Amino acid sequence: MKLIKQSGLVIFLIGLAFFIGTIFTGSFSLTPQELDTFIIEKGYKSEVIKDELSKAIVNKENLNIFTFSSKVITAFETSNKHYDALIAKYNTEKNWTKKGQQYQYKISGKLRSKSFTLAKKAGKGFAPNNTALAWFLTFGLGIIGALLYIVPDVVLLGKPGIKNDGIFLNAATNRGWIGWFAFIFLVTFYILLYFYPDFIVNWVYLVDPISKSISRNPASQWFLYGFLYCTVMTVMAVRMYIKYRNNKYQILRTTSVLFFQIVFAFLIPEILVRFDKPWYDFKNAFPLDYDFFFRWNLDELLASGTFGLFILVWGVVLTIVVVPIMVYFFGKRWYCSWVCGCGGLAETLGDPYRQLSSKTLLSWRVERIIIHSVLIFVLVMTGFALYTFFSGANQVIGIKTQTIQDIYGFLIGSIFAGVIGTGFYPIFGNRVWCRFGCPLAAYLGFIQRFKSRFRITTNGGQCISCGNCSTYCEQGIDVRAYAQKGENIVRSSCVGCGVCSAVCPRGVLKLENGPEDGRINPTEILLGNDLDLMGLVNKK
Amino acid sequence: MEHIVIIGNGISGVTAARHIRKNSDHKITLVSAETKYFFSRTALMYVYMGHLTFKHTQPYENWFWDKNSIDLKEGFVNKIHTDEKKLEFKDSSSLSYDKLIIATGSKPNKFGWPGQDLGGVMGMYHKQDLENLEKHAPNKEVCKRAVIVGGGLIGIELAEMLRSRKIPVTFLVREASFWNGVLPSQESEMINKHIKDHHIDLRLSTNLKEIKSDENGNVKSIIIEETGEEIFCNVVGLTAGVTPNIDFLKDSGIELKRGVLVNRFLETNIADVYAIGDCAEQHEAIGQRRNIEAVWYTGRMMGETLAQSICGNKTAYKPGHWFNSAKFLDIEYQTYGWVFSEESKQVNETYFQWQHPKDNKCITISYDVNTRKFLGINTFGIRMRHEIFDRWLTENQSIEFVLEYLTDANFDPEFYKLHEAEILAKFNQENNTNIQLKKKSWKRIFSF
Repeated sequence: MKLIKQSGLVIFLIGLAFFIGTIFTGSFSLTPQELDTFIIEKGYKSEVIKDELSKAIVNKENLNIFTFSSKVITAFETSNKHYDALIAKYNTEKNWTKKGQQYQYKISGKLRSKSFTLAKKAGKGFAPNNTALAWFLTFGLGIIGALLYIVPDVVLLGKPGIKNDGIFLNAATNRGWIGWFAFIFLVTFYILLYFYPDFIVNWVYLVDPISKSISRNPASQWFLYGFLYCTVMTVMAVRMYIKYRNNKYQILRTTSVLFFQIVFAFLIPEILVRFDKPWYDFKNAFPLDYDFFFRWNLDELLASGTFGLFILVWGVVLTIVVVPIMVYFFGKRWYCSWVCGCGGLAETLGDPYRQLSSKTLLSWRVERIIIHSVLIFVLVMTGFALYTFFSGANQVIGIKTQTIQDIYGFLIGSIFAGVIGTGFYPIFGNRVWCRFGCPLAAYLGFIQRFKSRFRITTNGGQCISCGNCSTYCEQGIDVRAYAQKGENIVRSSCVGCGVCSAVCPRGVLKLENGPEDGRINPTEILLGNDLDLMGLVNKK
Repeated sequence: MEHIVIIGNGISGVTAARHIRKNSDHKITLVSAETKYFFSRTALMYVYMGHLTFKHTQPYENWFWDKNSIDLKEGFVNKIHTDEKKLEFKDSSSLSYDKLIIATGSKPNKFGWPGQDLGGVMGMYHKQDLENLEKHAPNKEVCKRAVIVGGGLIGIELAEMLRSRKIPVTFLVREASFWNGVLPSQESEMINKHIKDHHIDLRLSTNLKEIKSDENGNVKSIIIEETGEEIFCNVVGLTAGVTPNIDFLKDSGIELKRGVLVNRFLETNIADVYAIGDCAEQHEAIGQRRNIEAVWYTGRMMGETLAQSICGNKTAYKPGHWFNSAKFLDIEYQTYGWVFSEESKQVNETYFQWQHPKDNKCITISYDVNTRKFLGINTFGIRMRHEIFDRWLTENQSIEFVLEYLTDANFDPEFYKLHEAEILAKFNQENNTNIQLKKKSWKRIFSF
């Protein structure tokens, strides 16, 4: 068994090495016809760009993705510089007509995306040409290796029960060197995904056939991300099933997040695209889905007929009716730990890191400031977006809606939710985004704290203050601080993962939905001690 | 404003300090020779097992004490001068008090076995024991085998700790079945089997004769009393119960027996000197409780009670209905009310028992055979609500009532398989009754 486990690790690492190595393979070159098509498709008016691109990337040999991408970007920059120079020239000549004419030649948008689009057409080599083999050596070996590593735990972990032996003695899970490597890998991955998609074009080739079979379109980096996300969640869900096989709540919860991720976040949106409908994840609620009210999205939905309208109505109803009602009855866990994709990744890939979240009072303060700031940010931004949409003005009180949206997308959507949110799993625990950043969690939290039937009940005086609950709370709640006083835990940040209850050695904690009366029960004296309570009360 | 000095920063002392602070502005000093900051002793095992770091065992952050103006003094009290109201420390410094609370807890029992002070022989009680274990048993290469002597709660925890690092363990238990002085045999036998399932070499009805030394003064082996067998090992865990840690009080004039003798108000024979927690011994037992209770929550309750008295609301220590809990490897155990083992129960006490055919789950309900009064319940592998049983015990409910409403008491996580129907069916069959199970009712559960 141990041998299987170890060989699994080796196979996984080989797969990982192939995966990383794939980035550096292949050569990139366009034919003149391909370039023509691209320029016509994009409708560039620049007279320089075609020449520049043609010099840079047409009929080239041995251009790897990095040189290719830098050449493409130089070409676009040269084109734009050319017209910038003309603009400056006409400006000094005060030839306003000519100056004005130049702007149409400038090419706007993210250069990295253009470089990605070109690279996607230009690649030849291992990943685009031997996709099946390349997929097997990367994804295939990764999956097989990971499963071989995980499945022997059925035997190796021994009898069902709490399996946290050695967690703080292991360099992977105690912020040791393996944790730091995982951190660097994850952060790099997210930076590439969000800001250098052209560098990972070879990975995108690997999932092209899958994308085509679902949506008929070639894969984008987002399809790659979606596929990888589902794969990682599935493999790590197997680990959850084994680790928590004594605990039905964990098993069902894991199955649920896995289902919603694969079906709602991955398959349905891609199938919608196949039928020329807008890409939409029906469970992704605003304000986590922060661009729902952006002009481009509303325009697209309104242009998609009844179905688009349905999505629009559903999106609004989901946020203002479904979400609060469900939180009233079940707590925010129904979303955060049973449905949400971010939560899903945190509860599968992130489970080995849950103990790393900080429990200090200071971090609780920081948490409340940041998460509520993000909520205000998203609401103000959405206000701007809706104002812009209905009024047609592209700015409010002198601030451009687009600028605000770009800042949010960059800082919150990419850096916070992605790079920090997931990249920092091995350092700050698995719910960094959910705890400090997610505006939807902040909104659900208000309802959970002030109007909900959900609580974690503390079982009288049984707590022995051991601290397992607090340690394994991914949201950094000091559960023990409540339990040892005999108080129920009613906290806006609790995502109801149920692990505090699972790891408690004395059966002290139970997640339940009960009457609102007595849900919050500050206790002066613990159960079992027959003090004269009326005397205490009268003294006050 | 008085100066309250508390010797011992365990759960009793710290609870007293916190509640005195809540209710007064007395100056409070917590004295400890073990660690500066309070930690949860019950969690030490999880540090060795790698579930927690030592920091996680500290329920309060380090700034807490300063913020609540509770002074912490590290030092070992050598002597108490009650006439001068002064403590004398090992480093010959001293500290005056107006009121003194002794909360020094316990220490592991040693029964004068030859070799009991050798290197590698240890209890599992203090933080220093943990460090010692880490030194002598860091892994299975250094510690090729460990022998644990004494079949109680700490013994089985120590076995679990060592097994988490794959160290072979031999577990010597004096009794014929694990903890059978406390547990009914159904449960005791289930635990025996569970211990063996965890590859622990359980030796029942077995006593330690002596511990043998190697040339460096470390443990080499132990000899078994009954058979003379020699078992080679690198660590010996002595877990045969605990005694009050009160040696330093010998000449203080404070009345001692096994522990510090106290009345119901937790007062000693000397004015302004109190004792709480494991080291306190009641002159007369409270109900069916023992005179000395080395239990986490009784220490806490004594701390709560004494804090009331010291803050002007003189209060007797009245622990309510007995309850407790523990975990035997993977099996959780809770008890409410009194369930005595076969050997120590009275004639009027009888059991209703149920055991799961496959899983490690069982219950024993003890009731009065004449009045049908419910006396207590042991549950293994099933969690139960403390509030509910506390209420039922106060209301003197019958065994039939308890079974009828058993679903209200269940505290297992959601979606767990419930066994109340099977339990009740067995009772009905054995007693020729036809009790129908009531559906769980939130209203009943929270009606208090």
